[in-house]
Amino acid sequence: MSDSSTLSAAVAALPGWFTLDPVRPQLLGTRCTACGTYYFPRQQLFCRNPDCAGETFEDVALSRTGTLWSYTNAAYPPPEPYVVKEPYQPFGIAAVELERECMIVLGQLARGVDLARLCIGQRMELVLEPLDDGKLIWKWKPAA
Amino acid sequence: MSKEIAILGVGMHPWGKWGRNFVEYGVKAARDALADAGVTWREVQFVSGAATIRNGYPGQVAGATFAQALGWQGAEVNTSYAACASGAQALAAARAKILAGECELALVVGADTTPKGFLRPAPGERPDDPDWVRFRMGITNPTYFALYARRRMALYGDTLEDFARVKVKNAEHGAENPYARYRKRFTLSEVAASPMVADPLRLMDICATSDGGAAVVVSSLAYAKRIGKADAPRIRAISTVTPTFASALVEMPDIATDSAVAAPAQSFRAALPRKAYEEAGVDPKDVDVAEVYDLSTAMELDWIEDLQLCARGEAAALLRRGETALGGRIPVNPSGGLACFGEAVPAQALAQVCELAWQLRGQAGARQVENARVGITANQGLFGHGSSVIVVRP
Ligand SMILES: [Zn+2]
Repeated sequence: MSDSSTLSAAVAALPGWFTLDPVRPQLLGTRCTACGTYYFPRQQLFCRNPDCAGETFEDVALSRTGTLWSYTNAAYPPPEPYVVKEPYQPFGIAAVELERECMIVLGQLARGVDLARLCIGQRMELVLEPLDDGKLIWKWKPAA
Repeated sequence: MSKEIAILGVGMHPWGKWGRNFVEYGVKAARDALADAGVTWREVQFVSGAATIRNGYPGQVAGATFAQALGWQGAEVNTSYAACASGAQALAAARAKILAGECELALVVGADTTPKGFLRPAPGERPDDPDWVRFRMGITNPTYFALYARRRMALYGDTLEDFARVKVKNAEHGAENPYARYRKRFTLSEVAASPMVADPLRLMDICATSDGGAAVVVSSLAYAKRIGKADAPRIRAISTVTPTFASALVEMPDIATDSAVAAPAQSFRAALPRKAYEEAGVDPKDVDVAEVYDLSTAMELDWIEDLQLCARGEAAALLRRGETALGGRIPVNPSGGLACFGEAVPAQALAQVCELAWQLRGQAGARQVENARVGITANQGLFGHGSSVIVVRP
């Protein structure tokens, strides 16, 4: 986790799920020390690989870039516990494939990303942005 | 020993948004199925209910609830909950009982009353619950359907018009089904004019939630023969397998897939019918009719490929050629599917079996698939539950 963080954990929508590095944030997962399987959200008790009896996990920050697997948007306000600020602004959602972890992670698209300009397979990076209620969450945006 | 059981009778309560007690729908469906089978409720030795989790304690003990409503008569009882596959799981319990020789005649019932609008998780701050987490992030059920649909567009060149074509086809099929909730025909331009919900899916691409009830009366083959129904359709396979790690597709309600670092990525949807085909000794080429879980129009195309009714990526071409419509080579969702029914979770997998029974008996009327001998269902829900059932005409 970055020491340069100037953000307090209280502002995270899901405290402990990601670093609060404002520039290069990362999702916080775990990795089975026996078979190498990554977990996000964090798994700390039992490995879910059916051939692995692993019960020890190391903390690991996930890759903060990956390729766009698919994308969509939420044209209508989602129900609670999503908090909607009126007037409702539709937001995008992306599924991004992380190569090292062999895993797809969902997240909102950063504000201002135009769905029409996205292309499956393009590079994406993780950023932090507030949800409608001001709490920070990870989002995906095209890599610079 | 034969692994088959006979479908003696089927029954349904019309799907809709009736807002009445689910027990009423289940009992109506059960009575219709008993009458269709030509047996009395007294003769039933095992009653197997599919649970509904949104109707209090009676819903969670649905088997007993239906048994009491039909009149306690001392049958053995079971209730199964397996999300969207609950009906198939309840059917599997009846089959196991029959094949084990512990009973000869069983009644399987599922029914639901659904709330209006989005299904939402229980309140509170509950980050340990993946369902709560995804809603906190604004990720609803249509999000997942849309991600899969967009993926088809990128990989196989499917278009929004292809998705609309699925809706038009299913609406055409369901228009003649007295049990369907939506019986209106639509044009491609009407679908295209419906509001975008989760790009690329529009309102008319996504299935609603409904009230409804379905019931199936099943027996041993010996029993069917004894009552003069040796030619009744038979259930030859019921697959209710779990996914295999590492699951490659991000599934409701998760926000990430399994990591496929230590084990190869696997498709859950493809695994469900694969097990059914193996169990039945049926080749996908032998299938005459399929009832699949079209939670979205695009997902019907995924299922067609998962059922191996065509090669991967070719379902839209099959659709465009009219081969999945009534009169085509392999009609899909002759009932109208979820597009015309909307989802009544514990009843839905049984409704699929009801439709196959009517089709294989040649009693589907205007939506009859000509000379159907082999039918397959496919269905998938939350938390690793799904089902695929193969029904054959002897
Ligand atoms: Zn492991």
